[in-house]
Amino acid sequence: MTHHLEEMKKYVIEKTNLNFVGISLFLVFLILSLFAEFISPYSPWDRFEPYSSPSATHILGTNDIGNDILSELIYGTRVSLIVGFGASMIATLLGIIIGLLSGYYRGLTDEILMAITDIFLMIPRIPLIIILAALLRPSFWIIMLLIGFLWWPTTARVVRSSTLQLRDASFVLSSKSIGFSDNKILLSDILPNIVYVIIPKFMLTIASAMFSEASISFLGLGDPSMKSWGMMLNFAFMKGGLINEMWWWYLPPGFCIVAVVFSLMLIGFSLEEKENIVMGLE
Amino acid sequence: MKILDICDLSVTFSTPVGDVFAVNNTSFSLNENETLALVGETGCGKSVIANSIIRLLPQNAKVTGSILFKGIDLLKVSESELEKIRQQEISIIFQNPSLSLNPLYTVGSQIIEPLIIHKKMSKQNSIDKAIQLLKTMGFSNPSKAYGMYPYQLSGGMNQRILLSIAMTLNPSIIIADEPTKGLDNELVRDIIDEFNTVKRVNNSSIILITHDLSVARELSDRIAIMYSGEIIEIGETKKFFKKPLHPYSQALLNSLPEKGFIAPNGTSPSMINVPRGCKFHPRCPYKKQECSKKIPLFYSYDDRSVRCYLFQ
Repeated sequence: MTHHLEEMKKYVIEKTNLNFVGISLFLVFLILSLFAEFISPYSPWDRFEPYSSPSATHILGTNDIGNDILSELIYGTRVSLIVGFGASMIATLLGIIIGLLSGYYRGLTDEILMAITDIFLMIPRIPLIIILAALLRPSFWIIMLLIGFLWWPTTARVVRSSTLQLRDASFVLSSKSIGFSDNKILLSDILPNIVYVIIPKFMLTIASAMFSEASISFLGLGDPSMKSWGMMLNFAFMKGGLINEMWWWYLPPGFCIVAVVFSLMLIGFSLEEKENIVMGLE
Repeated sequence: MKILDICDLSVTFSTPVGDVFAVNNTSFSLNENETLALVGETGCGKSVIANSIIRLLPQNAKVTGSILFKGIDLLKVSESELEKIRQQEISIIFQNPSLSLNPLYTVGSQIIEPLIIHKKMSKQNSIDKAIQLLKTMGFSNPSKAYGMYPYQLSGGMNQRILLSIAMTLNPSIIIADEPTKGLDNELVRDIIDEFNTVKRVNNSSIILITHDLSVARELSDRIAIMYSGEIIEIGETKKFFKKPLHPYSQALLNSLPEKGFIAPNGTSPSMINVPRGCKFHPRCPYKKQECSKKIPLFYSYDDRSVRCYLFQ
């Protein structure tokens, strides 16, 4: 019986195209965020009767001040995705620059940049953001920048190690021997050859950044004027949604966070797998 | 006329096990329109000389001496001036042709890159020039080859692509590092033909690094034999093959198949604990007492220079 179950599990995993599942799930959220105005039934700021249960007019009910929860959820996609993408963009860009420079130039440059990377890796990131967010004005732009400036070290490490592999490759030496400048070699010989490593890392950083934004907002340090999933959870928790068992208030945002992170993970992992195949590791 | 004059070049690599003396007090020169073959067994420092000419050695290398190119010391010029020299004056072709091309771009775009960047040619002109070059290098369908990726071409074809890239900028010197390594006999013939084309079309001087004596014999005007980081004999190729002077050169020629595969005794010495005196003396059948005491100087004999007390 167990053997049969194992077989079935294997069959399901082999037959399901994980990449496809990830991309289609992600596309759903992307469309929600792009066309929020057309899809959501109301504006998330409109007020109706507070604390109402799900009904035909309000599919997921309303919250403590009478906002439609489904509309909040749809508009929240936008904020969560912007924070995730923005932060990941900053982090990946920083990681690429630092990784390329330290891997290519080696020596003192490498020592200094990697020492800085080590320091950043040691910082407990969420507590630091909590402190900074508490000190600074709570705004979602600031949270995005903070996450971006704290999430680059792992990307830098990965980029550095791939650059180290490539810097002594014959085609890089050939480019040098034709007299191309270092910038030209970095941008047109090394960077295109490590894109396979960077893109999955970028995807996983988005997931991680969105997750962190949700955690911070849940703790009440997010931007109160912005409707994000984390903020919804925070209000559900603070205004008695949880103890009154109003599942339509706290479950959907939690589910959305999990679903987006899951879809990004799936895309990231399947890209990583593809990269391993390309690089002949499997 | 001398175009490259290397004087007392020494290269040492510091490693955890000790200093490796890869090249010791080597001097030679290259004339205009001349092909010089550097011949020696694996690990005797041929490639190190090539890489030190364009200063592409690893960071733990210590280089002393001078490399004069048209009166400029290449070991002293700034990095930006060196970039200019690498562009227009000295090209190098590395050992493994398939690894020397960027796998992500078509070979054509890699040929036109130096033309667009260094010669500021327009894209259309450089494509025309590239296709013309591919034709000279013996591609039967040059415009098809232009759009292919390195992995679609064989090693020999990639070698020709590299030669085309080296030729784009009409360099004064082309350094070819083991161009026939790992190729079968027929391809070696092709490569020899292509080098003859390069000599005819470009009027470049060529430094040919090889351990294949037959390639050296066909292509070079002069030949330099290296042993354990030193040049031990240098002179005209024809005379060398008629009568090698140094005992090691004789042993090298005797190891050819047509001479009956007679290998010299022993193995080449360690580059860390270098033997005193002449480096070949532990293996030499003619060794005298003085051989183990002092390194012999170059002695002239039959218009050639040879580093052996036999020709004092």
